[in-house]
Amino acid sequence: MQKQEKQVQDGVIPEEILQRWETRGISRRDFMKFCSVMTATLALPITMMGKIAEAIEGDNRPPVIWMEFLGCTGDTEAFLRANQPTAIDIILDYLSIDYHETIMAAAGHQAEAAKRQTMEKYKGKYLVIVEGSIPTAEGGIHCTIGGNSALNIAREVCGSALATIAVGSCASFGGIPAAAPNPTGAISVTKAVPGATVMNLPGCPLNATNLTASIVHFLTFGKLPATDSLGRPKFAYGKRIHDNCERRAHFDAGQYAEGFGDAGHRQGWCLYKLGCKGPETFHNCPTVRYNEGTSWPVQAGHGCIGCSEPQFWDTMTPFYKRLPNVPGFGVEATADKIGLGIAAATAVAFGAHGVASALRKDDDMESDLLKED
Amino acid sequence: MLQLRYVWEWPVRLTHWFNVISLIVLSVTGIYIGDPMLSVPQTDSFVMGWMRVVHFGFAYLFAVSVVVRLLWMFFGNSHARWKAFVPWASKEGWRNIIGTFSWYTFLRKKPPYVVGHNALAAMAYSLVFILFAVQIVSGFALYGQYDPNGLWASVTAPVLNLFSNQGLRLTHHMIMWLVIGFAIHHVYSAWLMDIKEKNGTLSSIFSGYKFIDPKDL
Ligand code: SF4
Repeated sequence: MQKQEKQVQDGVIPEEILQRWETRGISRRDFMKFCSVMTATLALPITMMGKIAEAIEGDNRPPVIWMEFLGCTGDTEAFLRANQPTAIDIILDYLSIDYHETIMAAAGHQAEAAKRQTMEKYKGKYLVIVEGSIPTAEGGIHCTIGGNSALNIAREVCGSALATIAVGSCASFGGIPAAAPNPTGAISVTKAVPGATVMNLPGCPLNATNLTASIVHFLTFGKLPATDSLGRPKFAYGKRIHDNCERRAHFDAGQYAEGFGDAGHRQGWCLYKLGCKGPETFHNCPTVRYNEGTSWPVQAGHGCIGCSEPQFWDTMTPFYKRLPNVPGFGVEATADKIGLGIAAATAVAFGAHGVASALRKDDDMESDLLKED
Repeated sequence: MLQLRYVWEWPVRLTHWFNVISLIVLSVTGIYIGDPMLSVPQTDSFVMGWMRVVHFGFAYLFAVSVVVRLLWMFFGNSHARWKAFVPWASKEGWRNIIGTFSWYTFLRKKPPYVVGHNALAAMAYSLVFILFAVQIVSGFALYGQYDPNGLWASVTAPVLNLFSNQGLRLTHHMIMWLVIGFAIHHVYSAWLMDIKEKNGTLSSIFSGYKFIDPKDL
């Protein structure tokens, strides 16, 4: 036992733990990989690896309720088919997901009863994961489950939870359902349940690695990771995409793809002029990437669309242009065209004034004085 | 008899010229940063890098210059004071506003006689100072994003959350064009006044001196 503690201190995963996972069908290699990916994603020192391995072994299984509202189930998809299926095996094996509309076997009253049971039995101790935003217009009738509105359900379930994790841009900031004109009055979880402890994991979809890492952090330290002013964990949203992008050298050099498939694009030049929103988006996509760390949009040749930023559908469009269109000036009126127009109009107006003033006689101020002198 | 009088004190002239230089440099580099029109062949060049370094450097110079000028509004002579920039606050100011406006629109023969700024110019400058302030705040908010834990990011976070990143970017572009429009008007009007008032308006921003009829002091 003492030997194990010493090993954990040094960041080594104790042999016994590895063996136990092996008997559950997860090879030691996969388990070690999982622990090191989690340590790296959370930006923890590698000596924490042993601690993490120990934590996801403990017997403090937190019950989880996963709720889906105005969303597309994209976050569930991202999580279930996540990178490294084994990682998900580990987490699913470890967490007790008591309610999840997409994957639970129970249905109808049975499912509702299971949820209620968890809420009562583990009051103030369970975790909630929310996917999708919450409609408020017309009494919240745009999303009801089991005859109850999403707003009521969210207030009830998140209100007595230990903590809530909002996954995806819809749950975090309202996302696409809340885009103008927002017919259903959709709002984020933070707005719907003001008093609750909510951590946001925006993204469309979220990066499953970040959700797994947040849960691992919770298991290891007993609390959710530190967040920024928008409630996002700093380990995942603490740096701008643009500042970690592999095309950044081309940006600084002044090399830009002008169109999809042109010479610059084929050489991997910066996608800034194709409307890349990397300079305005905070996310760890360039370092963690998607699909088993295979790729991410900019690597694949498409500019970032800023999907994890608040109101991205309203503020980041048009996706293929640097700047939003100027409101009130019709389609395609760019700020710079209008601005140039303003400058030109000023020059013309004052030019004309100048001609008129030159032809004007006797309005000189000091002419009489000068004559006297 | 006309006499030479010291009107624009040195902080007024110095900040004026710092503003001119920074606005030119900031506009040129800013237009490139917003829409990099030249693509360079070598990967080891640093064109955008330099544009940004220069833009940020001059942004600091401009911000300091504007702040100094604003402070001088409380220490300078009567032509530099804040009161000169709110002509609408006094009866006499209103008379000057209407007078200058009528002269500009050819409804009046001679411009009202003023030693410092004419009323319309003073109003334009008040507006321009507001534009400058918005430009400085939006600029540093966008700049601060390189380090979300840094000083600028923490100071400007409310602005970003309120107006959104792209909203600030759009504003920053539009104000640049408004300021360019103002600059065109400003040079024209100074030239016009120099001709019509015959009191050395153009050279006064270099020397500080204007020809004044002592009766008007
Ligand atoms: S591709 Fe996008 S994120 Fe990458 S350097 Fe260019 S603008 Fe920045």
